[in-house]
Amino acid sequence: MRDEGALVARLRAGDEEAFVSLVRDYQPAMLRLAEATVKSRAVAQEVTQDTWLAVMRGVDRFEGRSSLKTWLFRILLNRARSAVGKEARAGRPELIDDERFDATGAWVDPPEAWADRADDRLFAAQLADRVRALLAELPESQRQVVVLRDVEGLPPNEVAELLGVSDGNQRVLLHRGRARLRHLLAAEAMSS
Amino acid sequence: MKWRWWRHRALVCREAVALMGDYLDGRLPDRDIAKLERHLSACPHCSEYLAQLRVTIDALGHAEPDALSDEALDDLVGIYRQWRAETE
Repeated sequence: MRDEGALVARLRAGDEEAFVSLVRDYQPAMLRLAEATVKSRAVAQEVTQDTWLAVMRGVDRFEGRSSLKTWLFRILLNRARSAVGKEARAGRPELIDDERFDATGAWVDPPEAWADRADDRLFAAQLADRVRALLAELPESQRQVVVLRDVEGLPPNEVAELLGVSDGNQRVLLHRGRARLRHLLAAEAMSS
Repeated sequence: MKWRWWRHRALVCREAVALMGDYLDGRLPDRDIAKLERHLSACPHCSEYLAQLRVTIDALGHAEPDALSDEALDDLVGIYRQWRAETE
């Protein structure tokens, strides 16, 4: 693990190389998280630029209570949320219940088998590539939770806190998001 | 009464799927783990579904974000330099 304290000290001292190294490490993930929150890529890019300005202004106040990544994500999400208020948003219905069951609770349309094909590295790499694009198909609330939990690997309590949702709500959103992505990946796996 | 009924009755597929999220996160109570695993051992459809969820989560963990372009980096360094110039 890198020494975040040393990096923060260099940032405070106005070291441009430290800034560039931070941008290289986190900008791609920040842009992805911004895109999970706002509608357009252009607005997402603005949000990340605002975030970096806020990071420069606020680095003196960073106390190291959370990881640098969580701190950056918190600032980003605050910026993204205020951008959402300004953005004209069309409501997207939440897609749930991709799995269907009959009155007895049994599968109407059982999943076709393909999971064991992921033992093949090439196929697994294709799935990782596809799932990146398929994230865009999720409603924002599910996408944010899935990105933070399964892509960025943050723990449930940090994700709930960052997004301002209850633990229960976070679990529901994660479950629905994963289920939706599984459904989309299954469609692709069966057609390849 | 309700809990006693829950403990003794076997899960149906819909209920098994609903428990999988917490199961994968290691947050399912032991009582429910036993019920779910009993169902999975007898139900190839739910076992396949769980395996596909695992594959999906694994794929997400390997999904790299778009690489940082030189232009984007230049823009941010420009913003940084301007900010430094204004605050000094």
